[in-house]
Formats: sequence, C-alpha cells, structure tokens
Amino acid sequence: MVNKVMSNKWFIILYLFPAFFLVAVLIFIPLLLTGYYGLMDWDGIGEMEFIGLENYINVVQDPRFWESAAHSFLLALFSTLSLAIYLAIAMILASKIKGADLLRKIYLIPMLLSSVAIAQLWIKVYNPSNGMLNTVLHWFGVENPPLWLADPNIVLYSIFIPILWQYAGFYILIYFAALKNIPDTIVEAAKIDGASPLQVALQIKLPLIMGVVKVTIVLAIVGSLKYFDLIYVMTGGGPNGASEVMASYMYKLAFSNNDFGYGSSVGFMLLLITLLVTIIVRKFTASKEEIQY
Amino acid sequence: MGRLGYFFLYLCLGVVGVFQVFPIVWLFLFSLKDNREIFAGSPFALPEEIRWENYLRVWEGGIGLYFFNSVWITGVAIFLTVLFASMAVFVITRMKWKLSGLVLGLFMIGLMIPIHSSLIPLFNMFLNINLIDNPWSIVITYTAYNLPITMMILLGFYYTIPREIEEAAIIDGASLHRLFFKIVLPISAPVMSTTVIINMIYNWNEFVFVNTFISSDQYRTLTVGIQNFVGQYMTDWGAIGATLVISVLPILIAFLFFSNKIVDGISSSAVKG
Repeated sequence: MVNKVMSNKWFIILYLFPAFFLVAVLIFIPLLLTGYYGLMDWDGIGEMEFIGLENYINVVQDPRFWESAAHSFLLALFSTLSLAIYLAIAMILASKIKGADLLRKIYLIPMLLSSVAIAQLWIKVYNPSNGMLNTVLHWFGVENPPLWLADPNIVLYSIFIPILWQYAGFYILIYFAALKNIPDTIVEAAKIDGASPLQVALQIKLPLIMGVVKVTIVLAIVGSLKYFDLIYVMTGGGPNGASEVMASYMYKLAFSNNDFGYGSSVGFMLLLITLLVTIIVRKFTASKEEIQY
Repeated sequence: MGRLGYFFLYLCLGVVGVFQVFPIVWLFLFSLKDNREIFAGSPFALPEEIRWENYLRVWEGGIGLYFFNSVWITGVAIFLTVLFASMAVFVITRMKWKLSGLVLGLFMIGLMIPIHSSLIPLFNMFLNINLIDNPWSIVITYTAYNLPITMMILLGFYYTIPREIEEAAIIDGASLHRLFFKIVLPISAPVMSTTVIINMIYNWNEFVFVNTFISSDQYRTLTVGIQNFVGQYMTDWGAIGATLVISVLPILIAFLFFSNKIVDGISSSAVKG
C-alpha cells in the first residue's frame, strides 16, 4: 500500500509543476531563444527580420568581442592563480590556530555585500584625490600614483583587487572545511616520520584535498567568465573598452545600442564558451582514482 | 613549530583580516563625516562629531522606499523559492517514479548557465506579457533562478529522511499533502533555514534583473537605487557612505546572528561544481 501511495502520479505532477514550470519558462526557454534571436536583425521594439548566420559571422570577426573575451579569460586566469593564496591562508588557518573559526567568518564578510555596494566602495577607495589607497600611498611617499580606474593599462588589475577581496573568504572557507576533514592521524604519522610543515602541506594535505581544489578551479574559471555587476558599476567596461568583458559587451549592445539581435548572438556565444570551458576544465581536472584515507 | 613561527603565521592571518575588514570600517567612518572632514582629515580617524544627519537625509531622500521594495521582493521570492524547491525535492527524492533522476539532472543544469545569456529573451517575454516595469517580474525571476541552488542544498537532507516516517504516516491514513506539510516540512526546518538565508543574500544583492526589467523609480530595489543616489549626490561622500551602509546593514546584522547557517549554506552551495 505504501509503495502505491508513494508513486501517485497526480501528486508527483502537482508538486513538481511550479518549480519545473518556472525553471523551464524563465531559464531554459530563454537560453534557447537567445540562440534564435541571434539569427535576427532586431532593435528590440520593431519586427524581427531573419538574417541567417550574419550576426554570428560578425561576432566571430568582431575584434571588440574577442577583446572582451580576452579580458574575461584574463580575469579567469587571475582568479585561478589567486586560489593558491587562498589555499595557503586556509592551510595556516587549519593548523591549530586559536580563533580560526572567528577569522574565517571575518574573512567572509565582503562576500555578503552586493557587487554594487562593493563597486561603489572601491570607486571611493580608488578615488584619485581622497581615496583610501592614495592617502595611504601618500604617507609612504608615493607622489604620483596611477589613475587606478582611468588608465587602460591597469584598469583590469584595479578591478581584480575587489574581486579578490570579495571571494577570498568564500574559497578560504571551502578549503578550510576540506582540510579539517583530513584525519589527524595521517598528519601526525607524517610528522613522526620527520616531515617538515611545508612537506606536510604540499605532499600530504594538498593531494588529500585535490578533489576540492579541482572543484574550486572550475568555480573560479566559470565564475570569472560570467562577471558583470562589479565591472558594469565600476567602469562600465571603460575606459574605451579596456575593462569590457563578454557579459558587459552583450548588455551594452542590447540595452544601450538597441541592437538586440547582435546582442543575442553575443549572449549565445557567452553561453557556448561558458559550457565549453566547463566541460574542458572538468575533463582536464577529472581524476582517475579517488584518494582513499 | 617555534614561537617565532607562530607569530609569523598570526601576522599573516592578521594582515588578511585587516585587508578584508578595513574598507568596510572606512566606509562606516566616512558615512558619519562631512566632506570637509573626509577630505582634510585622516581616513582612519574617528568622526569629530557623529553626523547621523547623513543617514536621515538619504533615508528621507528616497532610500526608505527602495529599502521597502527590497524587503518585500526579497521576502516573497524567498517564500516561493523555498516552498516550490521543497515540494520538488520531496517528489524527486521520496516518491517512486522512473524519471526522477532525469528531472533532477535538468534542474542541476540550471546551476551552470550564465544568467546574462537569457537576459534578452526574458526582457522580451516580460515586455510581451506586460510585466516589464512590474515588480512581480523580479519576484518570479528570482524564484526561478534560485530554485536549482535551493534544491541542491535541500537534497542532502531529504535523502536521509528515514522511510519509516513515511510508512508510519501513510499506514495511519495520512494523505501525501499531510505527510509533506505536517511531517516532512517541519523536520526539514534546519536545512530550510539555511536555504532561506542564502536566498536572502542572493535576492537582496541582485542587480542585473532589476536594472533591466524595472524602469520606474517607485519599484526600484536598493542595489539599483543606490546607483541613482550615488549619481545624484556625486560629491557628497557622507551621503553616499550612509546610502551604502543602509544597503549592506541588513545582511551584516543577519550574519551577526546566523553566521553558522551562512557558513553552512555557502559551503554546501559551493560543492555544486
């Protein structure tokens, strides 16, 4: 009787429907439509006109698109490299430090703020005349600090610092949890065998949490390819496209230039690139054997 | 490790701590100062005179309305997301049917997609059904986009519910609705509260949907509202500071009380891969 009740079809359909309907209509159908709209010449208001693959051919040849893609990938590279710093901090934190629990919570605070608030705050930090950064640099005798957000050569680095700041606590938290799962006996045995703290960290602990490290690499890369809010608010992609990323380029094309057809094709490229990179990175980091302990 | 070694480690951790917290402390400080003091004094000095009037000024200048919009939109979307996600996860993990694995897989694909790729069609869809510039477009969008992550957090708990609980309830003659609402939902309260708080952070901080779908000032939420304000107060740093503090304060207060829940939620939402 229980089995019969628990396979009641009408109940299954009824309870699944709201979630399924919302996700299908608001996530999956729009994703497919993006690819379809990319085949249109369309200003967002008037009639759509089918133009075949013209938009996609243009995207592939559009230097501004590839420039923005390059910026996205550069941010992905920075984010991946910074994982090493987060891992080092988590290793220190997990090595019997008093107050580790409180510290990892303190580190997490920036992660709770909206990207808009973070962007506005860091615009102030970088302010040329009254910002916190230049005031401190001035004390150290730096007379001509760069224009952090207005110099095309350094704007991407300036934008990366708040990103580092925002996500540090998040990754440290994940690594910390993974490190705390390593049984003490393994670490103790290595120490008795005469391993130095650095050897314990690199040769014992790191291999044991490699699975988590791989997950964070995927998160960092894929997350970077989707960056939008912070950059949109801080620089709007400027100066002169120097901090444009794929999502901000798409947004600008559609909602500033009213070129919805072309914007859609860029949006679809963003989707394809993100999915492709996810698959490649996963393949690349997939481990054949699971580490047992 | 020697005392010197430990001193060095604590120093490292302390420097990271200062880096993480200082910009926020600086924000609080200048939100209570006037321009003269901000520009002439040290950025790290306490305010000579605490200027609460910065807060009063921006609150009356319209931030109050944005705050109210953020509260109700965040609240309604959390309610819908957690209810629908719980229903779906219950059906997927507890009911016996063939396609449950496939349906779960579909929901989990929703975790990977970049939201910006769906923005133009969503905008067009809402335009066609007259939901553009209507706060309900935001509510249902938040609900849809937070469903996969919410389900992901709920899954682990639902798999561990003992079969005996369901069997006992059904043999006692309880309907499935009763089983779900009177037994399963109440015992899932701890994990549900984790999803509530994670949804709260996501919804409160969301920017791009509101920025795209809402054009009237009266429906704007805080994230978009502060953008306007900053433009309006351009050089009045005290007012901008107060605006930013008001926008981040509810989340920071929630963190003060529920930091363990937030840590739980963020760690379990991360391992999605």
